[in-house]
Amino acid sequence: MLNTLLHMALVLAMPPLLLGVIGKTKAAFAGRVGAPFLQPYYDLRRLFGKGVVISDTTTWIFKAGPVATLAATLFAALLIPLGRHPAPISFHGDLILFAYLFALGRFFTTAAALDTGSSFEGMGAAREVTFSCLAEPTLFFALITLTRLSGAMSLTPMLAYVTPGLWAGTGASLLLMLFGLFIVLLAENCRIPFDDPNTHLELTMIHEVMVLDHSGPYLGCILYGAALKLYLLGAFFVNIAIPFSTGNALGDWVIFALAMLALAVGIGVVESVMARLRLIRVPQLLVAAAILTAFSLVLVVR
Amino acid sequence: MCVELCWIDGSPQPVPPAASRSLVPKGKSMFHDMMADPSLLVMIATVLAALSGVPGLVLRYPPLGQRLAAGTACLAALLALPSLAYMLLTGARARYLLELNLPFGACELALDPLSLFFLIPIFLVFAAGACYATGYWPARSHRHTEPSVTFFYGLLSAAMAMVVLSRNGALFLISWEVMALSGYFLLVTEHEEAEVRSAGVVYLVASHLGAAFLLFLFAQLKLATGSFLFPATGTLAVSSSLIFVAALVGFGSKAGIMPLHVWLPSAHANAPSHVSALLSGVMLKMGIYGILRVVSFFPEKPLWWGALLLVAGLTSALMGICVASAQKDVKRLLAYSSIENLGIVAAGVGMALIGQSVNSPRLVWLGLAGALFHVLNHALFKPLMFFAAGSLIHATGTRDLDRMGGLAKRLPASSLLTLAGSIAICGLPPFNGFVSELLLYLGFFGEAVDAPEPYVALGAPVLALVGGVALLSFVKLFGSAFLGAPRSAEAAAGHESPPSMLAPMALLALLCLAGGLFPQGFLALVTPVLGSVFPQAKGYGGLSFNPLWLTALGGALIVTAALLFFALKERARGVCEERGPTWGCGYLRPAPRMQYTASSFGVFFGSLAAPLIRTRIKVAALAGLAPAPVRLSYQPEETILYRVIVPVLEVAGICFSWLRRLQHGEMQFYILYIFATLLLLMLWVR
Amino acid sequence: MTSPLASWADQLLVLCLLLNFAVLGTSRLGFSVRAVALQGVVLGVLPALVHPFSWHVAAIVVSIVLVKGGVIPLLIIRAVKKAEIEREFQPFIGYIPSLVLGALFTALAFVFAARLPLAPEHAGLLVVPASIATLMCGFLVLMGRRKAISQVLGYLLMENGIFIFGLLLADAMPVMVEAGALLDLLVGVFVMGIVINHISREFSSLDTSRLSALREE
Repeated sequence: MLNTLLHMALVLAMPPLLLGVIGKTKAAFAGRVGAPFLQPYYDLRRLFGKGVVISDTTTWIFKAGPVATLAATLFAALLIPLGRHPAPISFHGDLILFAYLFALGRFFTTAAALDTGSSFEGMGAAREVTFSCLAEPTLFFALITLTRLSGAMSLTPMLAYVTPGLWAGTGASLLLMLFGLFIVLLAENCRIPFDDPNTHLELTMIHEVMVLDHSGPYLGCILYGAALKLYLLGAFFVNIAIPFSTGNALGDWVIFALAMLALAVGIGVVESVMARLRLIRVPQLLVAAAILTAFSLVLVVR
Repeated sequence: MCVELCWIDGSPQPVPPAASRSLVPKGKSMFHDMMADPSLLVMIATVLAALSGVPGLVLRYPPLGQRLAAGTACLAALLALPSLAYMLLTGARARYLLELNLPFGACELALDPLSLFFLIPIFLVFAAGACYATGYWPARSHRHTEPSVTFFYGLLSAAMAMVVLSRNGALFLISWEVMALSGYFLLVTEHEEAEVRSAGVVYLVASHLGAAFLLFLFAQLKLATGSFLFPATGTLAVSSSLIFVAALVGFGSKAGIMPLHVWLPSAHANAPSHVSALLSGVMLKMGIYGILRVVSFFPEKPLWWGALLLVAGLTSALMGICVASAQKDVKRLLAYSSIENLGIVAAGVGMALIGQSVNSPRLVWLGLAGALFHVLNHALFKPLMFFAAGSLIHATGTRDLDRMGGLAKRLPASSLLTLAGSIAICGLPPFNGFVSELLLYLGFFGEAVDAPEPYVALGAPVLALVGGVALLSFVKLFGSAFLGAPRSAEAAAGHESPPSMLAPMALLALLCLAGGLFPQGFLALVTPVLGSVFPQAKGYGGLSFNPLWLTALGGALIVTAALLFFALKERARGVCEERGPTWGCGYLRPAPRMQYTASSFGVFFGSLAAPLIRTRIKVAALAGLAPAPVRLSYQPEETILYRVIVPVLEVAGICFSWLRRLQHGEMQFYILYIFATLLLLMLWVR
Repeated sequence: MTSPLASWADQLLVLCLLLNFAVLGTSRLGFSVRAVALQGVVLGVLPALVHPFSWHVAAIVVSIVLVKGGVIPLLIIRAVKKAEIEREFQPFIGYIPSLVLGALFTALAFVFAARLPLAPEHAGLLVVPASIATLMCGFLVLMGRRKAISQVLGYLLMENGIFIFGLLLADAMPVMVEAGALLDLLVGVFVMGIVINHISREFSSLDTSRLSALREE
């Protein structure tokens, strides 16, 4: 019970902090002081207090988009274990539901983007759906590998199976899988090298351009939803990458929180040292990620 | 000579007349017998379906005939559907004998779980389509075509029911042929257009090529068993791959498995929408029924059968949806999506076959349950989407997505129902498409756990890719048609469909939602079939997770989303809400033509999948210093038809041109040829 | 078919064979039509002699006599009058050769019938040779004549031949087959009527050898 409450509290409260950490890391690389760590929280409070400007072209789908995405991501949060603690809801086959809830969110985000009737949003939506097609198989290859290793078809036992002992045994395969998963993490959350969350240039936009017309609380919803998605996929990644566990529960929570912050720093580092890829290179990178994870499966099966 | 229907055996036993006569008044005893026996109700429903269009042919006032037909269809569905559900849930069976004096042996009809299951979509979609037709193809505005469409609609449904019920090879083929021809006559309703005529020709040729393979199949069966009657499950001693391949080609071409699908896109695109709904939602399933029936004859199935079906199904699914993503004709998109869904069903059946050869009850159960669940799902959401396409055509007069837009404001109910259908067809929770794909995924993932060489598990990423591209296609469909600004004058003036069109759509959408939130209900209909087709499936305990999780999570998701929606709306209104034009990076005068069209939405993915999706770009060359305005058109083509089949046929045509010399046009010589042959045959008799 | 009326049936069949020769040997269309009509009436009467009496048989007899003896010949004569032709000029196979070939084919028909594995009660009867002979004469008319109306007559002769053969199935002939044969005949003649109309409109003549202009090149 306490674990469930802590799980929900962490899931609801921590995601914007990741964005703050990423921002601070990038600022450090650029020699700036950068925005405070809690800036995303201030942004959210500001946005929820502002009014909205609704375009005449839009319908109720425009308002439903951010809401549905947030709801889907919140329910996906119930399925993923954080650290060594089991998820509140766990049943046989929940990993499929986890992946498809994100797809549901993507449906509504892209529909809301098309609702504005602007060519910018349409462009973002077209790119978003294309790239996510290519990212899905990678995720599924990783899930198959983990299923094969752990013999379980639910996220909690599957990720709990990953221990330092397992790393010692099948380290190469897990490393390949992690590379692929990291690429998927960056792609699904629209980070460099796939998308630049800071600019609003047509050349570089995927996610940012889809939300051009949202304002006020809806924009806050989207911002928070994006942070939550990063958090959940990051939790999946961190469960595999940093599988340490102390004996007691509190220690595990602390380790998990620190690992997430380390991941945020890592993303910040990648964003600072790489430039955004040309658009035609992006599918190639995604296919490379799929091949990496497929290869990790082959290594495990052999 | 007359047609008699004699009940042979089955359960439950109908009430014997003698007993009932003493208990109930005389006039009611036959009625009481009828009501007590659900299988007889199903037979009556079939006859009602066949006759539903006949009054319309003779009545002088066509709208009355159409309404009578719709009423009869609903009556047939109301009689049949509860009986079917009752018989499936109680495990009842029945057999009937049709006293036709045909020289093919006993014409047996039987209701076993497989037949009962496939009858459900037939009656459901038939009733929904007949009601839809009263609004979409009303007799008042289609005086010449409506009587024949209504007649053949009923005939097609009854023929499909007979296909599913027959247990005699010759009767099966007769019903199959009636089904195919009714489909043809429905297809060429608007035969004034050249595109419709050519679609009809391709459909006829493909249908009869498939029927040729089916003739071969049933001839082989007769040679093997000595009679035209179907062997009972698992009793065919000879394990002949020839029979399987003939069944696969014959039934696969009807089910639209690549590369035998070439007739499907143009046929479903050019038929009236309610006809496309019936063809796509139900007639394709007859191919799957045939494959399942033929496969159930054999006790031992080699591994390569299942592997072939699995690979063919997944390939068909992937290629189908990739081509769908490039289409701008809404009905063609839906037709290719049908190819994708039928590929998924075939993959499930293949998985079950593989499970049978490697002795894994889990794989058999999950594969077949996923396939059958998807059959039911597809029979719900595909007709819903075709009805939605019909609403779009009704409102704008065009099938071209590039000329629609902004219709959600003018067609609010249709847009909501289309949204439900699109989410369902993409396989997203909380609708029913998710559950069937979940079952297949569980099969794939389970293989990763159990099998030493998990080749089957590789199906999961392919299915995920298929799901991703399906999301692309249906966001494209929904977004181009309903969202944004109208791209043409017709779209700006669109009007909502009448309630007779909306009611069937609403029913189907509700069933989709019910299937996703309460999968136990659909599973209760699917589970009895599994054991009767593949006896090994009985060895598996059932679903490994509690479906209530899906109910709870799905319901909670919908409730949460609704609460958040209204909370934010109140919040926004409470603070400050302004209206204005779309900002979109601050362009001064955005025009509706600047929006992304359906073609442009799919272009990016099309560039990645270029070998599969061949698009023809027609543009006149620009000339001169100040060139005049020029048109560019973007037309996706049916790859396999134009790249593979048509060149082969052209080569064949060249090779056979020497036969032209025999065609000199003199009729008397032709008769001489016949007479000479006859004489030769007579002299040859010894 | 061992009833005492069988001998009557035999003599009527001989009349049919003679009518074949009548059609083969004449160039006058009106006469040919009446000969075929008479043959039809004769054949219509035959089932009454062969089968025991029942209302089914009576209905069949009456309908065949009406259709073959009345309706169809009327239609053809009307077409002949409309086309204003009286004779068949220059057939592909001349009249004398037609008669000779007709006799040859009738002889062949008897030979062939002797070779067929018939049931013992049907073996010595005239039915099988008559039917095959009529069929072959029908073919001969079809092949040898130019005018479309003559070809309709050839078709009618073939139908009569098949009908004679059907008389063999005395016991097992359900009403449906007889009605079906009649329907087939009616439909065939209707179709031919339409075709003749089109041919005459298109080519301003009923000469079917003109049809070879329609072949694809």
